[in-house]
Amino acid sequence: MKHIKTLNTKNLQNTLKKGGCGECQTSCQSACKTSCTVGNQSCEAKN
Amino acid sequence: MQVHQYKSGDLNIVLDVPSGSVHVVDDLTNDAVAYLAAGRTEAETADLIAKERGEAVSREEIGEVLAEIRELKENGLLFTPEPYAPAITEFAERPTVVKALCLHIAHDCNLACRYCFAEEGEYHGRRALMDLETGKKALRFLVTHSGARRNLEVDFFGGEPLMNWEVVKELVAYGRELEKEYPKNFRFTLTTNGVLLNDEVMDFCNREMDNVVLSIDGRKEVHDRMRPFRRGAGSYDVILPKFLKFAEQRRALGLKYYVRGTYTRWNLDFSRDVLHLADLGFDQISVEPVVASPEEPYSLREEDVPVLLAEYDRLADEMIRRKKCGKGFNFFHFMIDLSGGPCVYKRLSGCGSGTEYLAVTPWGDFYPCHQFVGMEEFLLGNVDEGVTRNDLVRDFKCVNVYAKKECRTCFARFYCSGGCAANAYNFSGNVLDVYEIGCILQKKRIECAIRIKAEEA
Repeated sequence: MKHIKTLNTKNLQNTLKKGGCGECQTSCQSACKTSCTVGNQSCEAKN
Repeated sequence: MQVHQYKSGDLNIVLDVPSGSVHVVDDLTNDAVAYLAAGRTEAETADLIAKERGEAVSREEIGEVLAEIRELKENGLLFTPEPYAPAITEFAERPTVVKALCLHIAHDCNLACRYCFAEEGEYHGRRALMDLETGKKALRFLVTHSGARRNLEVDFFGGEPLMNWEVVKELVAYGRELEKEYPKNFRFTLTTNGVLLNDEVMDFCNREMDNVVLSIDGRKEVHDRMRPFRRGAGSYDVILPKFLKFAEQRRALGLKYYVRGTYTRWNLDFSRDVLHLADLGFDQISVEPVVASPEEPYSLREEDVPVLLAEYDRLADEMIRRKKCGKGFNFFHFMIDLSGGPCVYKRLSGCGSGTEYLAVTPWGDFYPCHQFVGMEEFLLGNVDEGVTRNDLVRDFKCVNVYAKKECRTCFARFYCSGGCAANAYNFSGNVLDVYEIGCILQKKRIECAIRIKAEEA
């Protein structure tokens, strides 16, 4: 495309189908402890 | 359908909120997206742009832009619907399991940090150390209440956990025994102020701790003002050499660590503290706004917000510059995983406090998280009887972005997950509310994080 550059992103709508497996990190257990940040965590789903 | 457009640095960024797609666009496209998002048709959009820009742009070029936007829409990358609410409501009703504990191994501290929400480690209560038996019961509770979840997180927290170090070590050993008995994997974290850190602690942590969080606020004068010893002397000079050594070891071994600081009204120029930590050689940095009651002189006020927003921009600019020179570092709140981040369930269902995550006091009481410890109205149960306040657990299960009025239309809802329930409660008395200054800062951090990714692309 000439006018738009699209970043490589995970389409959230595709993640709706499988349901949450829950293996991912708990939001506060990393480095924050006073604010909830989820977008920086990685998905740990095996499939 | 929701689109969030913003300019950051020299870039026009378009975030398609429901799908999480990010586009960097030229000025012409940016205008076209704005008109279409406001409900204009393609023909109206073309006419409006032609009228505004006159001869500076041809009809052909406008057509080209509209065709590109159409293509994104057809591919589900722009102007997408948001179909999540029914699924999340159903998800909130699921039987939950506990997968993380914050063990308050010591309600005592050798520092007297002025902003401490734990009130110098005592959490509105008495000084106490967790005994081994209570800790073991907590770990067993976790193992037996975590269902099919394999990865379990345990944070040794305080107060200062190194004031009860022998128990920490014995609990890690007990966790390893439990791993043989159950199909579980413990991920231990130690959060420490560094005062009692020594070679033996570092060696043990390098063998056993998945992560360590090292508390330091930044520049010496900033750190010492808020993190003194009980008699008033600053702690910077005591802890810094140890943290540098520990971070270097962790880096060499490929292990996680964070230096983690708090900024307050006394250092609104906090980007200098982040950069100070980076200049010292730390490359995993988290510096966060203080959470404090508005009457505290060091608490952040509404009039400070413009300064803070500019500071985040300044930090993003400098991080981009340093990355280009090969001197990049991670700032926790600018990290964003656009291509491999969590599923929409995780993003919308909140932090897990009170359901998947519990804090355990030295005497074995459960609270929804470390920030609620000591608030008796949130006492959930204990290591002997388990969770007895299922009514409260149910309330916490329902804390998700669709339950919060302000979140439903906020572009950041898929990244902050509705924010911190404890902050909301402290500021408004309701876990379903939001903490406004926190939200403004969070939104800015997300914008900066996306911008940094866009610059790298």
